[in-house]
Amino acid sequence: MLAKTDDDRRISVGLFRKVVASPEIGALVGAAVVFVFFSLISPDVFPNIVGLSRVLDPAATLGIMAVAVGLLMIGGEFDLSSGVMTGTTGLLVGLLAVHAGINLWVAIVTSFAFAMLVGFVNGYMVVKTKLPSFIITLATFFVFRGVNVGVTRLVTNQVRVAGIDTIPGFELARTLFDTEFQFAGATFRTSLIWWIVIALIASWILLRTKVGSWIFAVGGNPDAARASGVPVKAVKIGLFMTTAGAAWLVGMMTAFRLRSALSSQGVGQEFVFIIAAVIGGCRLTGGYGSVIGASIGAMIFGITRVGITFAGWDTDWFFSFLGIMLLVAVLLNTYTQKKAAEVHTPKAPPEPEPARSHPETPS
Amino acid sequence: MKTRILIFSLLVMAFFGLSVSAVMAQDGLSFCYVIHSDPAGSFWNVATAGAQAAAAQVGADLTAVGSLDPVQQAQFIEDCIAQGVDGLAVSLANPDALRDAVGHAVEAGIPVVTLNSGVDVFRELGAITHVGQTEFVAGQGSGLRFNDMGVSHVLCVIHEEGNIGLEQRCDGVADSFSGTVDRFNVASTGVNDLAGTTSTIQDKLTADSSIDAIITLNPDVGVAARDAIAAAGSSQVLATFDLSPTILQAIVDGQVAFAIDQQQYLQGYLPIIFLNLYNVNANTVGGGLPVLTGPGFVDASNAASVIALSAAGTR
Repeated sequence: MLAKTDDDRRISVGLFRKVVASPEIGALVGAAVVFVFFSLISPDVFPNIVGLSRVLDPAATLGIMAVAVGLLMIGGEFDLSSGVMTGTTGLLVGLLAVHAGINLWVAIVTSFAFAMLVGFVNGYMVVKTKLPSFIITLATFFVFRGVNVGVTRLVTNQVRVAGIDTIPGFELARTLFDTEFQFAGATFRTSLIWWIVIALIASWILLRTKVGSWIFAVGGNPDAARASGVPVKAVKIGLFMTTAGAAWLVGMMTAFRLRSALSSQGVGQEFVFIIAAVIGGCRLTGGYGSVIGASIGAMIFGITRVGITFAGWDTDWFFSFLGIMLLVAVLLNTYTQKKAAEVHTPKAPPEPEPARSHPETPS
Repeated sequence: MKTRILIFSLLVMAFFGLSVSAVMAQDGLSFCYVIHSDPAGSFWNVATAGAQAAAAQVGADLTAVGSLDPVQQAQFIEDCIAQGVDGLAVSLANPDALRDAVGHAVEAGIPVVTLNSGVDVFRELGAITHVGQTEFVAGQGSGLRFNDMGVSHVLCVIHEEGNIGLEQRCDGVADSFSGTVDRFNVASTGVNDLAGTTSTIQDKLTADSSIDAIITLNPDVGVAARDAIAAAGSSQVLATFDLSPTILQAIVDGQVAFAIDQQQYLQGYLPIIFLNLYNVNANTVGGGLPVLTGPGFVDASNAASVIALSAAGTR
């Protein structure tokens, strides 16, 4: 394959090939296909502003997590505790504010500090032990799954923390994290704004800053990255803390939306976050991917969920559909990555970087 | 290759789409049935069958969905509101979490009937009525039965975290039972890994020989407990909430002492009928009070007559 690319071919490659080779394209095509499909099934309710607002509701919190988890995956690691942490952070705020009588905002900040600590410990253990993050964070996941139920039952004698909406400051916190607002005749949620802002900032960091190229480098080839002076450990720990921070944000959104925190909240969601990132073109082995793609992955999830409800199917089919989507997305991604390798195959000497780190996405 | 993948995925989705859109074509009223669980579980599929039968009888479209995650359940409700359905039947296992979504439905003029869980809050939320059994009372009834059987130490097996109704059942048992009631959390395996649940219960029985009765809160977990008792070689009195064909047979065979039947078929069926009556005849059923579907008790005296119906999926 190396010798095949001749000069004629390189010219014809052009912009089209570059677009095809960007990590988001598989997800984008997938999103379009699913959207058109459900628009055909439910033409009255799905393809309009109300339908869009419904899609964006589940997509927003999932998207925030997919962006953070996507960054972590590009950096070559997993975080299986990201789902349960959305429950732990919400429960912590509820327990502190409702049962310990601490000021709501102090509770919110304490919960954030706690999430940062957990993220740091996750990252520190991964870089120190050099064990797979899959195992380390699986342990964290189990620990907090137990803590969530155990502590909640000890304190409340129940399995949930109710009454968060009776605390002074609740309305403001709800407005900040996850409340409804009207726009163009439909109801949206403030979580959507968080998602858009976070996705744009994360994409800018990833594609336009030194930290972004570090993330690609530590995920693509940590030894080479270390040799060229990239602070591999700090980048990885930072990525785990980012994921925990995102989980805290989603935990706040969930707790204030639901006016209560449930000890089972978030369990099992970690795989959904990873799936969204993978559909969005993040490679499981690291070094390649896009947070815009991960966001589109979250959109696909939202379209599918709402589309199935609007179509009147029962949710029995949801996971089958999701499985097919995942498979198609991965096939598309494999294909586009092959194309990406062709586009970037260095034939002429002045080609700057091989395909490994992939920061020059047109977005 | 890419085109082939695209065509393949389109074909697969078209297959799903056609097979479903063929089912739902008629005009008329449309109702949403949103529960706090997978609609296909062995308990819920009976209730869902009731809702579907009622919708078919009144010629209405039915969207039957559910999720254990309260965020998703709230989103399902919002989806239904966006669709402009003519009625909402919803189980309120986590009332706080669904307060806003149900409120939106009421504001949008959509009649709401709560089912299964939510008896304490349905009126406050503006629902027409609630269809279900009172969990605490059902628990009390089982506690009294355990008293009559002369047992002294009951294990109350909780298979789902975050379901207030399950806690209330155990509270009810503890309230009327004269001996000790211990709660035992098996949610880590629950109904998703019944083999794991069986061995966990077995270990508990082996570890604490003073336990002489078990009450489970789900028929699948009841079967797991039956197997656990057999595997541990012990002889606890077993009772369970809710029926399944296996549990009924176990009652006939003397392995299960009794089952608390909340007749969940009615919890799917009646809300749809009530919502239809509200739409076509402006009727409100219940007079502001809940419509109770239980508790009924099934034991060796009446199990045989219920077996045939259970196999048909309506009990």
